[in-house]
Amino acid sequence: MPLAYVASYVVIIGPVDLWHLLARPRIGELLRNTITLALACMASTAVLGVALAVLVERTDLPGRRLWHGLLVAPLAVPAFVNGYAWVSLDRSVHGFGGAFGVVTLSYYPLVYLPVVAMLRRLDPALEESAWSLGHSRVRTFGTVVLPQLRPALLGGALLVGLHLLAEFGALSLLRFPTFTTAIYDQYGSTFNGAAATAMAGVLVLLCLFLLLAELRMRGNRRYSRVGRGASRGTVPLPLGPWRWPLLATAGSVVVLAVGVPAFSLARWLVVGTSTEFPLGELGSALAATVVLALAGAVVTTLAAVPVVWLAVRHRGWASTVIERSTYVANALPGIVVGLALVVASLRLVPVVYQTAGLLVAAYAILFLPRAVVTVRAGLEQAPAVLDDVAHSLGAGPLATARRVTLPLIAPSLGAGAALVFLAISTELTATLMLSPIGTRTLATEFWSASSELRYGAAAPYALLLVLVSIPATVLLMRQESLSREGVPA
Amino acid sequence: MSSLTVTGVTRSFPSTAPGRAATRAVDDVTLHVPHGSFTTVLGPSGCGKTTLLRLVAGFLQPESGSIAFGDEVVAGDGVRPMPPQTRRVGYVPQEGALFPHLDVAANIAFGLPRAARAAGGGDRVAEMLDLVELPADFRDRRPDELSGGQQQRVALARSLAPQPALVLLDEPFSSLDAGLRGSTARAVRRALQATNTTAVLVTHDQNEALSLADQVAVMRAGRLVQSAPPSEVYLSPTDPAVAEFVGRAVVLPGTADAAHATCALGEVVLTEPTEGPVSLMIRPEQVHVDLSHTAGDKVIGVRGTVEEVSYYGHDCAVQVRLDEGTSVLARMSGVLHPAAGDRVHLRVTGLVRAYHPTEAL
Repeated sequence: MPLAYVASYVVIIGPVDLWHLLARPRIGELLRNTITLALACMASTAVLGVALAVLVERTDLPGRRLWHGLLVAPLAVPAFVNGYAWVSLDRSVHGFGGAFGVVTLSYYPLVYLPVVAMLRRLDPALEESAWSLGHSRVRTFGTVVLPQLRPALLGGALLVGLHLLAEFGALSLLRFPTFTTAIYDQYGSTFNGAAATAMAGVLVLLCLFLLLAELRMRGNRRYSRVGRGASRGTVPLPLGPWRWPLLATAGSVVVLAVGVPAFSLARWLVVGTSTEFPLGELGSALAATVVLALAGAVVTTLAAVPVVWLAVRHRGWASTVIERSTYVANALPGIVVGLALVVASLRLVPVVYQTAGLLVAAYAILFLPRAVVTVRAGLEQAPAVLDDVAHSLGAGPLATARRVTLPLIAPSLGAGAALVFLAISTELTATLMLSPIGTRTLATEFWSASSELRYGAAAPYALLLVLVSIPATVLLMRQESLSREGVPA
Repeated sequence: MSSLTVTGVTRSFPSTAPGRAATRAVDDVTLHVPHGSFTTVLGPSGCGKTTLLRLVAGFLQPESGSIAFGDEVVAGDGVRPMPPQTRRVGYVPQEGALFPHLDVAANIAFGLPRAARAAGGGDRVAEMLDLVELPADFRDRRPDELSGGQQQRVALARSLAPQPALVLLDEPFSSLDAGLRGSTARAVRRALQATNTTAVLVTHDQNEALSLADQVAVMRAGRLVQSAPPSEVYLSPTDPAVAEFVGRAVVLPGTADAAHATCALGEVVLTEPTEGPVSLMIRPEQVHVDLSHTAGDKVIGVRGTVEEVSYYGHDCAVQVRLDEGTSVLARMSGVLHPAAGDRVHLRVTGLVRAYHPTEAL
């Protein structure tokens, strides 16, 4: 629907006006900023992600299990909290350099995780045959391992790109203007709907381009999947004299990505509590967040059920189109969904503007893909043959749903709702644009405090946001490992 | 309990490729399964045997023809098709398909009335576990704690618990390894016999089909080509293609003259007298191999050279090139066996089925 809005808007304002709106030096600058940052971050996260993955999975680095946990930890820190942590410690962290550094540190696990998973799945026999054919270990890595990592690596890097295009909070805090922050500024300062929408159109095109690339990657990944042979581990590569320098490198990544935000948060908490600790406001923000997230989670999960049911049980082109179209929402930045709903509601049904209902609808659009993936994994655990058996044992359709299907998919419904709940709790952009006047959530409170440079006041909210994100990260990782058991991701 | 009568049933599926004609998965099939008997439906994969089973179970409806349990028509003939849940048909799919969220007792009790389920299935669960030869303490296990064969037995127990009119088994043993397959199949057969249940089992495994059943129904490309007792299907198949599907067969051209026929293996005795050019179906174990190296006067048969020997222990398969050029397969005891290159004499023992060219596909 937001996509339809942007498309129809572009048609309404016509190509000439559109050209005037877009062919401005400011747009060119934004485009350059957005694309250079996206490319630079995709490259840096790819290098960092692969290097760390190989270091942890394939060498005799001391304490590898521990390192794995530490290296995944940045996922639990929302990027805008990370940006706040850095900028509040050192004002000089801003612009391209600052954005590049913070985004890389926040998003490299998106590459690291799939590459680690792929390294674990690779059949060691392939590498062993390469050695036996006279290739050195280093050369084997280049000729045998790296090509097989390519799908995971590219998929992860594209995901970084999609996240970056949607990223608003961190980049705004670091004062590096991209399309997303510019759209928000346009919307916030001038209510210039036409200009904002035109820019949203460009952003959507960039996102769709990345999404198409990612879909192609997924298609290829299926072919590159290796059978379940990889139960044997590989012999870890001895690091020798490189051991300590590399250990120091991994350590510094962890310090920068986890240590700095933690330190910054702790510092501001101490400073902040000495000045102000608004327990009442904190409580009401938490309550508002929980209520909104609960409503959003329930609505999104319920919306996912029919989509999944059609996709799994009634395969056909129509159901495939419906399922795929929900994935397009995956690539839609919160800012575009927010903008589309604001304008559409003002035009069509002004009554719903600035209501909680509209905000919940935005959440449902944004997070439907997550719920669909989880619920789908559950429904595929309940094959249709179980329904046949239940029918043959005398259970009608209703009794079968109650006694067989529902108990089987209940855990995945719960997991899907929990994931959406946690994602909504830390969502910033759409919440800022759509939340009803007077409703303050953790994210909006954090935002208003930190954008007014009241870093101490923002700290308790940031802490709560991180605490909420931790279970989401654990859940997502578990789902990743589940979906690898044969359910197409 | 009742008999099953399938009359002229046809069912086709729209082709997945657009523009192609629909394929007839089941084409005018007529089959009678007497009360309390065990029929196996044998055919290669894709021949429509699973579709036939699903039609009987009520998961699919026939386009024409009718299906009756005893005297009661459950589908076709203008009767509103009875839904699967009221047909009282036990269904055992491939891999068992036990409900993963229920333990063994709850799985077996699934089809029992609500009151019996509330009581934990009671004696019926114990009775069923005993019937399928599983220990009583299995009732608390989860499906993933059972081996493949045990899962199949529980699936059978589950289907038998509500005392169905008929039990349908869809390749139930195909995922089991060879050793387990035999023992599970025999246990299933004993359980079905003990309850005098009418059963239809679908399989692509000839040994399974022949060894378990009272009646074997052979399907090919949606059609039922022969249904008869196992020995008849093996020794007197309707056509050479069935012969080659049900076990190994040597098919040779020959000329019939009343009760005898001549072919590359010499003169053979026919099951039924006939005349003219025929195809002769000879089972490899009917080909007697004479190893005597001294080609004395008393050795009779056709001379040939052993090309290849596949030794299985209990017996062996010997491929022999006859001097006139034809290659034939013989099966003989593993005790005394020839080696490749040996000269042997071959002759045919027992009766041979002859087919006229019109019968041979």
